[in-house]
Amino acid sequence: MTLRELTCVVCPNGCPLKIVCTEDDPPRVESVEGHLCPRGIRWARQEVEAPQRTIASSVLVTEGEMPLASVRTDRPIPLEKIPPVMEEIRKVVLPAPLALGDVVLRNPAGTDCAVIVTRGVECCDRR
Amino acid sequence: MNFEEHDLVIIGGGPAGLAAAISAWEAGCRDILLVERDRMLGGILNQCIHDGFGLHTFKEALSGPEYAARYIEKLRDTGVEVLKQTMVLHLGEDRVLYLASRGSHRTLRARGVILAMGCRERPRGAISIPGTRPSGIFTAGAAQHLMNLENIMVGKRVCILGSGDIGLIMARRMTLEGASVAGVFEILPYSSGLSRNIQQCLNDYDIPLHLGTTVQKIHGSRRLEGVTVAQVGPDRCPLAGSERFVPCDTLLLSVGLIPENELSRDASISLDPQTNGPLVNSSFMTRVPGIFACGNVLHVHDLVDYVSQEAEEAGRCAAAWIGSPEGCAGDSILVLPGEGVRYTLPQKISSSGNTTLSLRVAAPCRNRSVTVRSGNRIVARKSLVHLHPAEMIRIPLEAKSLSGVHELEVVLQ
Repeated sequence: MTLRELTCVVCPNGCPLKIVCTEDDPPRVESVEGHLCPRGIRWARQEVEAPQRTIASSVLVTEGEMPLASVRTDRPIPLEKIPPVMEEIRKVVLPAPLALGDVVLRNPAGTDCAVIVTRGVECCDRR
Repeated sequence: MNFEEHDLVIIGGGPAGLAAAISAWEAGCRDILLVERDRMLGGILNQCIHDGFGLHTFKEALSGPEYAARYIEKLRDTGVEVLKQTMVLHLGEDRVLYLASRGSHRTLRARGVILAMGCRERPRGAISIPGTRPSGIFTAGAAQHLMNLENIMVGKRVCILGSGDIGLIMARRMTLEGASVAGVFEILPYSSGLSRNIQQCLNDYDIPLHLGTTVQKIHGSRRLEGVTVAQVGPDRCPLAGSERFVPCDTLLLSVGLIPENELSRDASISLDPQTNGPLVNSSFMTRVPGIFACGNVLHVHDLVDYVSQEAEEAGRCAAAWIGSPEGCAGDSILVLPGEGVRYTLPQKISSSGNTTLSLRVAAPCRNRSVTVRSGNRIVARKSLVHLHPAEMIRIPLEAKSLSGVHELEVVLQ
């Protein structure tokens, strides 16, 4: 058994949680203390057993008014998938124009997410 | 002199300026000029590509550019005139503005002005770190701009001084882009960033956070070669014998934000030494009639959602004032921060309408209540489990609870 101390981030109360979990990989939550409401337990389970994150980065754009378009995953992905997903994002090079919401990658690294553009890039005006 | 005249000029096209422009338009003001010095609207949101914006307003975790786009799109449906790549060089008490853009210059007079210039980062000079002056030292936001907008990677091995949110966000960003972050050093005994960012930007990537530690010296001649860090005592002075050398080629500073009030000073607007922003009343009007302020130029916010809300209110109030200056609420009640409270805003309020007080506590604590009182009479109280200087607290006050009140004190109990 190991003890993990995490601050619950579900709401502004920021409960300091003491979470006892197994040493398996992934670990399993045995008990939670310090939460003020049941959402704390659910959050602790998710965070310890299968943590998920939305990840943001940029992709290279050719012939655009700017060199980069910012992107993010359209939903949280498992924490351990961040490095392989970043690896795929890094390979993307796209010609302008790109519009907000354009999909630049589907199911990177076998996840169920899409990587979408969060700031559009117009073509550069060549004069 | 004959000036070009406008009803309302808004200085700054970031989240505050955008929300203020839209709400002033919706409140009936039909002659609005929005002045932005950058080539695009959205301000600092454009470089904040991480998610977490808009949780209050849109119930979604948007990135900065997406949050800005919602407002920019809405602005397009209005008749607000937008001037980009234009700088306001001077603002007078008489609401005369000098504007400069490439190859042109304009002077105009506004019936109302909204200050929405935002804030800037404290640089190395403001915290006086001894040592040499090599390249490789950036404020966290400058590094964020270079990486996220210009595609310039600023370094390979990074130390971060200060645990403000921008520093934490950059620790993750640099790691994801292949740099190694040796550590985040915070002089205070607690982090000044949000708990979520400590977890998701540092812990997720095994980046150590050293509390009660500061950068004592900078080494390197052309490029940064490393920093000496040291633990500090309760007086925040380095403890002899605790120094150690950390090799790095890049130092990011995330050591606080300063509201950008040069124009406000030009216009002889009184500033609050606690917020470093203008003193305002419940209409967000400064001490100079017709000049309003909102967003980070007024006080530094932790959530953009609150900036937008505040700016919407300021926009509405400015439109109302332009329509009828006499009909606007007075500001008869002085609000003072008391025990345990760093600042409160607005500094003066009126008893004729509902108001929301914004405030910050002086130090982190748990299970306390913020009490707004007039002598022994309690006007409002909010009990909170978790209180932190990094997290702004907002308390609504009802007009009917303020009758007969001349002064309010806000204390922690």
